[in-house]
Amino acid sequence: MNTLKAKKRNEAFGRFITFLCAILVIIVTFSLVIFIASKGLTIFLKDGVSPIEFLTSTKWRTEADPPQVGALTFIIGSLVVSVLGIVISAPVSISSAIFMVDIAPAWGQKLLQPVIELFVGIPSVVYGWIGLSVLVPFIRNNVGGLGFSVLAGGLVLAVMMFPTIASVAADALRAIPEELNEASLALGATRWQTIRRILLPAATPGILTAIILGLARGLGEALAVQMVIGNAMNIPSSLLDPVHTMTSIITMEMGNTAMNTLPNDALWSIALLLLTISFIFILIIRAIGKKEAYK
Amino acid sequence: MSAKTADKIATTIFYIVIAIVVVLLALLLGYILYKGGRVISWDFITSPSKTLEAGGGIGPQIFNSFMILIISMIFTIPLGLGSGIYLAEYARPGKLTDAIRLCVETLASLPSIVVGLFGLLVFVNLTGWGYTLLGGALSLTVLNLPVMTRVCEDAVRTVKDELKEASLALGATKWQTITKVILPVALPGILTGIILTSGRVFGEAAAIMYTAGMSSPNVNFEVWDFTNPRSPLNIMRPAETLAVHIWKVNSESLLPDAREVADGSSAVLIIVVLLFNILARWLGGRLHGRLTGKV
Repeated sequence: MNTLKAKKRNEAFGRFITFLCAILVIIVTFSLVIFIASKGLTIFLKDGVSPIEFLTSTKWRTEADPPQVGALTFIIGSLVVSVLGIVISAPVSISSAIFMVDIAPAWGQKLLQPVIELFVGIPSVVYGWIGLSVLVPFIRNNVGGLGFSVLAGGLVLAVMMFPTIASVAADALRAIPEELNEASLALGATRWQTIRRILLPAATPGILTAIILGLARGLGEALAVQMVIGNAMNIPSSLLDPVHTMTSIITMEMGNTAMNTLPNDALWSIALLLLTISFIFILIIRAIGKKEAYK
Repeated sequence: MSAKTADKIATTIFYIVIAIVVVLLALLLGYILYKGGRVISWDFITSPSKTLEAGGGIGPQIFNSFMILIISMIFTIPLGLGSGIYLAEYARPGKLTDAIRLCVETLASLPSIVVGLFGLLVFVNLTGWGYTLLGGALSLTVLNLPVMTRVCEDAVRTVKDELKEASLALGATKWQTITKVILPVALPGILTGIILTSGRVFGEAAAIMYTAGMSSPNVNFEVWDFTNPRSPLNIMRPAETLAVHIWKVNSESLLPDAREVADGSSAVLIIVVLLFNILARWLGGRLHGRLTGKV
């Protein structure tokens, strides 16, 4: 049975099957990019909308004649909400990572790992629903405005970004050689001095990666954000203003516009923009990874 | 301020941050379960939903969520396992491997709504299927393929080299080693990953609202012929899932009891996700114990 030939065939079979699966990942990725791009470029190639106008104009009147397709309102909306999310989430998430790795490695890990997994596990619509039924009325009654606001979106995103930032930052901190920590402590530095002067600088590339991944999560989140930001065509002037984001306009209008019409094609251009942004983030993360401060 | 005082203050702040994170999670889960607990009844989780009047349930939505999860996993698990094994065992450093890795990273970082739109183009329009359960399941496969690939690659990589070498030295081929030695040992890691991913698939909405649709017309739970359009087992019918339902009742429906339906649905989602998490931990621990001879 176990002749050399049978063995070779068996080996070739395994290699071939797994290779096919891996190639499929490439095929899926490429076809996704090609499909989204071919739809997303339609308004530029067929309808003659200028890409500059698309990125810099705030006038989104796709039903008008001539149509105006400026997505800047949504780009600003997405950025403002996501950056607010990062500003709130990053300090808490990074502190949690430090706690888990350096302050209480014994039980901090045991406590926070399941906590992180549960935060990941809560579906985004549930975050949106809690935001809508608890956070929005709370802001309306205690802070002001309608409640549907940048602030509500930022807070919901901050919670959703927490597991991403915390776990990636924790990985970065864990990768620092123990000798660095010990050398610093042996020189008489306190734990806080060691964290601030040695561990955080050494983990900076990893922490940056964590923040970028958090930002990507925020920019790409659709439903939870859409449910709490009010979805008003508006450049926000305060945290209590309602906004519209790239994902929220797609979510709301994709079902209300007919395929292959300009109002619909314009939504695909926003999808293409989202895809491009997440690809740029990947490239940035790779560049950071190549320049690890400590290896 | 002396270094020691600074250290004490910093440590206190870390503990406060962790307390906030843990309390926030407890409040979130407690609130969802408390609000939902008042709505959930046997009738609520088994009866069909209503569009205009109060008193509808979420039976078909729960069923659809599980159906989509299972169908999607039928595709995702073998494909992810294959590509994970390829990357861990066969891939040699080079351009092709780099390309596969870049694709996995790109696909993993895509906003789920973009994956959903790709599904809309391919599984709804190009195939001419319209909104189907199968289309939703395939979109979820695209969404989770990179996650599953990573989970499997990591699990395979953690298997000790001695085991592989011993098997190869005994004359087994690499593929025999993988199927007979590596996979059994990597199984706890793979299973844990599958279950945790399942929890996320179960709650995903953005990727399937435009592929599996937002309606669940007239499913009759007494028709088990899977070619019948009214059969719950028919995978070519529109299938609104629980997560999509929460979004829909909040944004588009005219239900007078939308709040209650959303509260109840959120609680059911969270309970399922919690069960998946507990199951993953229990199974992971048990299998690990059995395979290492500690049970």
